[in-house]
Amino acid sequence: MTEFASLFHGFAVVLSPFNLVLMMVGIVLGVIIGVLPGLGGANGVAILLPLTFSMPPTSAIILLSCIYWGALFGGAITSVLFNIPGEPWSVATTFDGYPMAQQGRAGEALTAAFTSSFVGAFFAVLMITFLAPLVARFALKFGPPEFFAVYLLTFCSFVGMGKGSPMKILASMMLGFALAAVGMDTVTGQLRLTFGIPDLMRGFDFLIAVIGLFGIGEILLSMEEGLNFSGKAARIDTKVVLQTWKKLPAYWITSLRSTLIGIWMGITPGGATPASFMSYGMAKKMSPRGAQFGKGEIEGVIAPETAAHAAGTSALLPMLALGIPGSPTAAVLLGGLLIWGLQPGPLLFVEQKDFVWGLIASMYLGNIAGLIVVLTSVPLFAAILRVPFAIIAPVIIAICAIGAYTVHNAMLDVWLMLGFGVIGYVFKKLDYPLAPLVLAVVLGDRAEDSFRQSMLLSQGSLTILWSNWLVGSITTLALVLLVWPFLARGVQLIKAQMLRAEARAAASADRR
Amino acid sequence: MQSDDAGSTPHEPGVSTRTVELATALLLFALGALVAISSWRLGARWQDDGPGSGYFPFYIALLICVSSAVVAVRAFRSGADGEVFVTLAQLRLVMTVLLPSLGFVLVTQFLGLYVGSFLFIAGFMVWVGHYGWARSVGIGFAVAALSFLMFEVWFKVPLFKGTLDPLSFLGY
Repeated sequence: MTEFASLFHGFAVVLSPFNLVLMMVGIVLGVIIGVLPGLGGANGVAILLPLTFSMPPTSAIILLSCIYWGALFGGAITSVLFNIPGEPWSVATTFDGYPMAQQGRAGEALTAAFTSSFVGAFFAVLMITFLAPLVARFALKFGPPEFFAVYLLTFCSFVGMGKGSPMKILASMMLGFALAAVGMDTVTGQLRLTFGIPDLMRGFDFLIAVIGLFGIGEILLSMEEGLNFSGKAARIDTKVVLQTWKKLPAYWITSLRSTLIGIWMGITPGGATPASFMSYGMAKKMSPRGAQFGKGEIEGVIAPETAAHAAGTSALLPMLALGIPGSPTAAVLLGGLLIWGLQPGPLLFVEQKDFVWGLIASMYLGNIAGLIVVLTSVPLFAAILRVPFAIIAPVIIAICAIGAYTVHNAMLDVWLMLGFGVIGYVFKKLDYPLAPLVLAVVLGDRAEDSFRQSMLLSQGSLTILWSNWLVGSITTLALVLLVWPFLARGVQLIKAQMLRAEARAAASADRR
Repeated sequence: MQSDDAGSTPHEPGVSTRTVELATALLLFALGALVAISSWRLGARWQDDGPGSGYFPFYIALLICVSSAVVAVRAFRSGADGEVFVTLAQLRLVMTVLLPSLGFVLVTQFLGLYVGSFLFIAGFMVWVGHYGWARSVGIGFAVAALSFLMFEVWFKVPLFKGTLDPLSFLGY
């Protein structure tokens, strides 16, 4: 049970007054970010990253991860009260959360949402506590081919598990890889794809992409809907909280199922958004009150919120144990690690015990703190959304510009951010997914490095990806996931044909 | 996916989804081709000492070309279904944010982020939001001053002051 000892050591690290203050600041900032349109977990953390450069890494990651928890909580507030998902993963929460608010049960819906978020996150952290060190220990044996196979798995599972057109997922992901390739080639020192522009030598920083795609893109999208928000008032008092808490245990199966879906989708980079939809769909199918879903059923709030939080939290497991983030926000946190001078990957558990266990301990405390903060101060956060969009929009764009500038102290990045904003707007409307693009920009260089090292080991033969059972099974799994959409469609076609054949047979039998 | 958009009935004039879909796919294809050619020149094959600089990007570029070509062909064959990507009214709303933002970045180039964001926020509130001058200037100034305190003073992260550096009198 070395995990317990390490975990308690982690609590000791976190429980300094400075870190506790940072934790509360992070949660409050995170909820604000989650509530505001155009600012979300990923770009909120990206914008605030430069402020942490001078902090010790453990304090920095506590601040940033708490912003993330806060953003996860905050998304639910706007979904329930305003029918506007503050974050993509809370879209499914609007289905039943907003009807509940319309019936005057906003307090109940919010309590259910926050509590289930907490439950989902809590189990995901438990899982991380015990699984992450194991995965890391296992991954210490990885060589370049194994790492490339894991990268391959990460990206193939986007294609296999994403909804929407696989070709668009592929195009968006490869665009990310191409952007990552711009700049100096780390192996040969040659300049790639800079087309003679000296400013491109640095390459594209994914933080700029994140701020532009998610921040500016989101503002442009919300602008389409016009400028008016109209929300329901909400007050949460202790009575409502206690009454709701009494009801919740009855839905333990839904919670359990949603947690498992969330954890699975978080570790494999499905992400929080598909997890919340999947969990909502499953709950609707399996609940005895499934027909009531969409009309204000509390279970319809529990399911997506639990899954979204479980997924959002589990996404940190591959980031910590393998150095491969499971979501854009985890990718931004990973970028932070690099900036603070920590090398992400399995060695982190050996060399940076304070950091890793401090982070894990802060996940426990941060979620408890988050639950308390949101339960006590919903009206305050809801008031932020009543600030007219004509004020919010320019302020957020200015903040995004500042955030983009601070990454490299370069004005070119601010222009690029605007460009990414337009790309984000168009891609979102055409259903090109943004998460694979961002992850590809982040991981591009390292995926390429591990690929080239593997190729050097094998003198250019791809068979090295099947050279032992470990790398072979990861690679095979990756390829299966890659062709999964086509397999699934094939199976459907065959099924449909068989049905048709049966129908024909039945029809001819009738005639006889 | 967003077929239940409230604002976009097929009768409203606007840019069709098919056009944008085609244009995006073709742009992606052109980009893929550009990357492929330039990687090929860098050496997309096996060199004496291992895979060349263009090896990996070359195949990435090929995948961009293939996937965008498929998307383009699909969009082309789907025919005009009248689905509207963005109505003119929506486009105008989007432009009321995008164009001032462009102006903001342009002004920032000369006057720096603090003065730039002050002018942007105040101007946006007056001309787009139709607020009074006093309120707009107040909020714009508050945001700029707050970010100045936060970045320059508290966290010691210097922000861009512009080529004309109008705030040099503050001594930061």
